[in-house]
Amino acid sequence: MQVTLRVQRFNPEHDTDPHFESYTIDADAMDRILDCLHQVKWYRDSSLALRRSCAHGICGSDAMVINGVNALACKVLVKDVKQPITVEPIRGLPLTKDLVVDMDPFFSGYLAVKPWLIADDAEPEPERERIQSAAERERFDDTTKCILCAACTTSCPIFWSDQEYVGPAAIVGAHRFIFDSRDAGGRERIEILSGKNGAFKCRTAFNCTAACPRGIEVTKAIQEVKQAALFGSF
Amino acid sequence: MAPMATIEQVYRKRKPKAFAAQRRPSSFEVWSWFFMRISGLLLVWLVLIHLYIMHLIGSGVERVDFAFVSQRWNSVGWKTFDWLMLVLALLHGANGVRVVIEDYVRSPRANTVVKATLYTLTGVLMVMGTAVIVTFPPGT
Repeated sequence: MQVTLRVQRFNPEHDTDPHFESYTIDADAMDRILDCLHQVKWYRDSSLALRRSCAHGICGSDAMVINGVNALACKVLVKDVKQPITVEPIRGLPLTKDLVVDMDPFFSGYLAVKPWLIADDAEPEPERERIQSAAERERFDDTTKCILCAACTTSCPIFWSDQEYVGPAAIVGAHRFIFDSRDAGGRERIEILSGKNGAFKCRTAFNCTAACPRGIEVTKAIQEVKQAALFGSF
Repeated sequence: MAPMATIEQVYRKRKPKAFAAQRRPSSFEVWSWFFMRISGLLLVWLVLIHLYIMHLIGSGVERVDFAFVSQRWNSVGWKTFDWLMLVLALLHGANGVRVVIEDYVRSPRANTVVKATLYTLTGVLMVMGTAVIVTFPPGT
């Protein structure tokens, strides 16, 4: 079948503003949007810039706005979207080229919540693994699914207006450790997220939950972090 | 050879603002968020009762005159009711506007000026409203 793509193009060396270009290509209904973009890049215009690595929904590189909705290009099928298929870069981050954005504000928000295990200094280093029950592991299972694709953070209207906000992905990353029984850095992370740019900037628009390609209940996780900050329950 | 910088060190250097929260831990946002929930819940009932008394019973707002107000404010209970509504509505509204300012007024200077205006206005309205309720002579 014939598929028409409208792709946002921007070359910082020549263009002052981004513009759209249309490409009509041959594709199968079961092809993914990423396959269509490959068709364009490999056979029509090799100057098209986009990010992708694994192409199977795990690396989180190819988040983009497809027909106005944040999604991974490798997980959306041609048959599931209306034509012409509009492809834009994710919003709220500085545009680098075509579909590529500068992810720095996203990752600095993520790193600000210290998304790594903070061990309890008072306890001796265990000789083998840190033991945890199945129920304790279940507590933060949902937020371990994050692949850092930025689909949630760049769908958030608060992040669009203020990139100093750590964003939903960072709070998901914090949630994953705050509710981990092996981690001792909960208070530290809650303090960071209680600040001006933390979890309380969230206005529960639910865009993040709708955008997450991993099905994480992002807004719920954020609300749980708020509760933990208020009641000290973590 | 110098030891390699960690990712955190690199980002701290390039994006110091993202780490700003760590320097001054404060639970102000936590409590302001909680206040919005509690005051919102209370205001729903206060405003519904206020609307019912002032606009629905009898001939509604038509009958509200000085005599009506002075009779109502003879009771400490209604004075407290109206003052609570004044304080909660003002603080709830002002805090909402503060949050909007934090989102959209990005220049630090303008942010300070706009917020100062908001706080002044809120303070003046609060003092005026409180003065009217507290100094209203009983039995007039």
